[in-house]
Amino acid sequence: MTDDRRRAGPQAETDVLVLGGGPAGGWAALAAAGAGARVVLADKGYHGTSGATAPSNTGTWCVPPGEARAEAVERRWQRTHGLADRRWMHRTVDRAYANLLQLVEWGYAFPRDDQGNLYVANLRGPDYMHFLRRKVKAAGVTILDHHPALELLSDGDAVTGAAGLSRRSGEDWRIHAGAVVLATGGCAFFERLMGGGGLTGDGYLMAAEAGAALSGMEFTGKYTLAPHDSSLNKGLPYRWASFHRQDGTPILDSKGRPLTNGIGGTDHELARALLDGPVFARLDLAEPAMQDWLRRGQPNCFLPYDRRGIDPFTQLFRVDLTAEGTVRGTGGIRLAGDDCATEVPGLYAAGDAASRENVTGASSGGGAVNASWAMASGWFAGAGAARHARLRGMRRAAGQALGQAGLRPAAAARPVDHAALVEALRAETIPLDRNFFRTGDGLAAGRERLEGVWAEIRDHLSAEGAERLRAREIASVAASARWSLAAAEMRRESRGVHRRADLPETDAAWTRRITVSGLDRVEARPDFPATQAQERAS
Amino acid sequence: MIEIVSESRCIRCDICVRVCPANVFDKDDEGLPVIARQQDCQTCYLCEIYCPTDARFVAERASGPVPVTEAQIEAAGLFGSYARALGWSRGRAGGSDRDPTMHIRVAQV
Repeated sequence: MTDDRRRAGPQAETDVLVLGGGPAGGWAALAAAGAGARVVLADKGYHGTSGATAPSNTGTWCVPPGEARAEAVERRWQRTHGLADRRWMHRTVDRAYANLLQLVEWGYAFPRDDQGNLYVANLRGPDYMHFLRRKVKAAGVTILDHHPALELLSDGDAVTGAAGLSRRSGEDWRIHAGAVVLATGGCAFFERLMGGGGLTGDGYLMAAEAGAALSGMEFTGKYTLAPHDSSLNKGLPYRWASFHRQDGTPILDSKGRPLTNGIGGTDHELARALLDGPVFARLDLAEPAMQDWLRRGQPNCFLPYDRRGIDPFTQLFRVDLTAEGTVRGTGGIRLAGDDCATEVPGLYAAGDAASRENVTGASSGGGAVNASWAMASGWFAGAGAARHARLRGMRRAAGQALGQAGLRPAAAARPVDHAALVEALRAETIPLDRNFFRTGDGLAAGRERLEGVWAEIRDHLSAEGAERLRAREIASVAASARWSLAAAEMRRESRGVHRRADLPETDAAWTRRITVSGLDRVEARPDFPATQAQERAS
Repeated sequence: MIEIVSESRCIRCDICVRVCPANVFDKDDEGLPVIARQQDCQTCYLCEIYCPTDARFVAERASGPVPVTEAQIEAAGLFGSYARALGWSRGRAGGSDRDPTMHIRVAQV
């Protein structure tokens, strides 16, 4: 696209508008363009660097077709605590594999294994997203960088576009579209994760304002180790870590053994140890060959050590558990169709913006399943949106802007302390003793405090020009926090990354999802039990 | 967070202003990128590797600035160190075909 078009002013029209430029957005744009649609991709940041994937190095859930695939799906399903859907898992792994082969065909520089075969089960974030941008451009997609959406447009029964601002110029934009794909990422609740700065649940708020529901929002208790006060929430090197107090005393697990392997099932132990005091790690279980692979394969993980002058294989360094919200957690916009349609006509959701329960259930999915989910759901959503746009045709005249909290205060706008709001929201969603180990009483008290925060935002928060983005981010995180706590309070059991200290057992009666909806009044309701839901679908 | 844009290394190409996902940089009157919104930096290090002249340094601290000078970074050889570790060069992608992560994933189980 030309620079002229980028500056072409506030009104434009397209068949499919993709909001967000991480992998899900990129694949959605490619699928829609491949189906013959005119596509605009509007990214809050820069399509190629924005989102959690670009600065990372992610595995993929990569299983070739064949008999082994059914076993692989079954093995994965066993780890989803009964809430995933095998049919969705099959079609996700199938589509993701096809997309990986597409990358091979396009010439993405995959490494080769010892037998000389291409190894496609890993994607290096900076290279992958750099490559994907080129393909998206080559497909004729109009890319609008630094163009965050602030709100959706609706004609009363369908979503018909979005409106937002240009961060560079401060000017407004408004794009009418036959269908909109939300690929805006998850919500990191203002935790400083790798690539998480822009992950503020923007799509959740926009979708809810259009009438969509969310699901799985209680599965926000996923935490990953990172060097203290760094952005590197990458767990892989901790597979070879031992854990200590500052004086070198080994930390013992509940069975009295020295605590090791920070990505296994040790997160409970680490969380407890961190509640007692600072924890230090050393990657001393890595043999020299592994040290070399780690250094060359995960160079981002070594930036904090190298820049602090620490040798992590021989010296202790302080670590934290960083909260990962719905980024590595699971919740998001509830999907209503195989094409990643939401319950609102014309609105589609993909990647972390969508609930990932279909493939990860109550678990995190780590990097691998989540990366494959982004590829597959992006593809489904882009194709679905293109189909919707074609069937519906353009109705350009209509388009009521739906944005409320943070944009159009319900009462008189007045100065609101942004930093205080951010701290109040973090206090309910980040601390280990509130969000890793949850209690019914704690959640009830937290919800009450959040109602006060929400009232302040809804009634008074507003901003001008480019500052509107921050106001909307705060409103989105607040809405996400309220949904998360509401679902967590309703789920009276522990399951996957939802841990109730007061209800530590898993209750078979709760093998069902929880849907949340509503802004002024948050409502949570249990979905059909998983078995019934599958029967209904078949 | 982003700490240093080296005036002597910078060729005023504008790439960092465009690619920063958090919109941290502005251009000054001479076309030099300036760190306009440091607190918005998400410490993703990507501006370092996209820079064709290795003119920037991101410190590892995510929550706030650290005192560091260009001379210190130059002396420590840290300009461009992340790009070299990846195999990126002059702002161009490269090196993913030499990524040994497959060995780590096999051993991780």
